[in-house]
Amino acid sequence: MKAPPFTLHRPATVDEAAGLLAALADEGALVLAGGQSLVPMMALRLAYPPDLIDINGIAGLDRIELSGDHLAIGALARHHDFRRSVVPGPFGALLARISHEIAHYPIRTRGTFCGSLAHADPASEWCLTAATLGAEMVLRSQAGERAVPVADWFEGAMATVREPEELLVEVRLSRPAEGSAWGFYEFNRRAGDFAIGAALAGYRLEGGAMRDVHVGIGAIEEVPRRLGEVEAALEGQPPGPEAFRTAARIAAGAVEPLEDFATPADYRRDLAVTAIERALAEAALAQPGQRGMAA
Amino acid sequence: MKIALTVNGRPAALDVAPRTTLADCLRHALGLTGTHLACEHGVCGACTVIVDGAAVRGCLTLAVQADGAEVTTVEGLAGDGALTPLQEAFRRHHALQCGFCTAGILTTLHALLTENPDVEACEIREVLSGNICRCTGYIPIVEAALEARAAYRRGGDPAQ
Ligand SMILES: Cc1cc2nc3c(=O)[nH]c(=O)nc-3n(C[C@H](O)[C@H](O)[C@H](O)COP(=O)(O)OP(=O)(O)OC[C@H]3O[C@@H](n4cnc5c(N)ncnc54)[C@H](O)[C@@H]3O)c2cc1C
Ligand code: FES
Ligand code: FES
Repeated sequence: MKAPPFTLHRPATVDEAAGLLAALADEGALVLAGGQSLVPMMALRLAYPPDLIDINGIAGLDRIELSGDHLAIGALARHHDFRRSVVPGPFGALLARISHEIAHYPIRTRGTFCGSLAHADPASEWCLTAATLGAEMVLRSQAGERAVPVADWFEGAMATVREPEELLVEVRLSRPAEGSAWGFYEFNRRAGDFAIGAALAGYRLEGGAMRDVHVGIGAIEEVPRRLGEVEAALEGQPPGPEAFRTAARIAAGAVEPLEDFATPADYRRDLAVTAIERALAEAALAQPGQRGMAA
Repeated sequence: MKIALTVNGRPAALDVAPRTTLADCLRHALGLTGTHLACEHGVCGACTVIVDGAAVRGCLTLAVQADGAEVTTVEGLAGDGALTPLQEAFRRHHALQCGFCTAGILTTLHALLTENPDVEACEIREVLSGNICRCTGYIPIVEAALEARAAYRRGGDPAQ
């Protein structure tokens, strides 16, 4: 249970980190952010990077800032930084609510938002959040900078389109629509364990009908995503338990669930339906006028 | 790599291999064996220590990442040999049996209560889900934490 030997690099700037990645990524160098996924993978000998590029000494990467239509989240913003609202209002409250579901307290103090997007675990709450709200990943290399929309980001479980020599410097998380309200539901066997299934859902009310409906699922499939079929069934309808149940049931036929030794695919298929229904119910409670997470 | 850190108020200068975890460094290089190791991949919480005020997993933090930092281990909680109010509460409530998990629970709760002395029972329970105890059951641990809140509310650092 000890990591294999490696050489540690401690760049002081993003440019320096990009230079190190350009020189060493081909031989398997990896970025070390919070280390809360990478260090255990090295201890379990699932990863053998000959070089680690520790970005923790780069000043300014911990910023979390509202800017126009998005929240800019730097590569060193930790899960724990979201525990209290980072922006006033329901957007911040939603992120705080979700952050408490990620791992355990002493893991949240180090693990990073961007590290979660780079690692792309199917059960990652931040990956689900990015997929559902919309996000752009800002990548930096010596060749320059590019931004990848979340719809193009994931390639599979723990795989993204990031090139090995690219540093994920920032995630731009879209601000939810004015007046929208959100709900989140996650199931696991012990608080802090990876989710077995999760859903994030939101909409706003216009003349009693649901508009801008967003329904995303995580931990169910290899990659978190919005479920267009479920959203379409809700769009324009009045909210309520019947509408939620009918729409959520569509998910059962729409998902291709992951399977593992403890959890058969059918279990996750059922869980997707339940998680969506409960996330929608929470969103209904949070509508403006109610106490909760309305934007 | 050469690093310099402060551990329980005392400066320490060390030469460690980058792959050495902070927990191994504390135990082997500094002889501070109060910090325990069990799973070594972040799940059990036995190795939790405080780095610059934040509770972290000693098994998932490299010693070189604590360069320049202030580290507190279970040995550093009670400065002058007297138990801290949190430790007292553990004793009163029988919140430990074998004690293997206790160091990690005390450091976790100390960081949590310092950050938020008004923390509610449900959050204490959620946080304790990250510390596996196979002896006592968690009820006395939660009760001890709830009782210790008063000492943290009074301000200052009750550990000193
Ligand atoms: C016991 C335990 C329980 C956990 N439970 C959960 C959970 O419930 N939900 C959850 O989402 N996570 C969970 N995690 C994982 C945790 O959230 C990690 O913090 C997160 O997955 C990765 O973030 P990190 O900053 O620690 O990344 P690291 O571990 O430092 O890196 C992970 C990977 O991403 C790459 N990387 C990181 N940052 C960048 C960057 N800026 N640019 C390019 N590449 C980068 C690294 O090279 C590495 O390959 C758990 C971890 C543990 C140990
Ligand atoms: S030994 Fe570090 S969490 Fe188990
Ligand atoms: S007291 Fe024995 S493991 Fe907790």
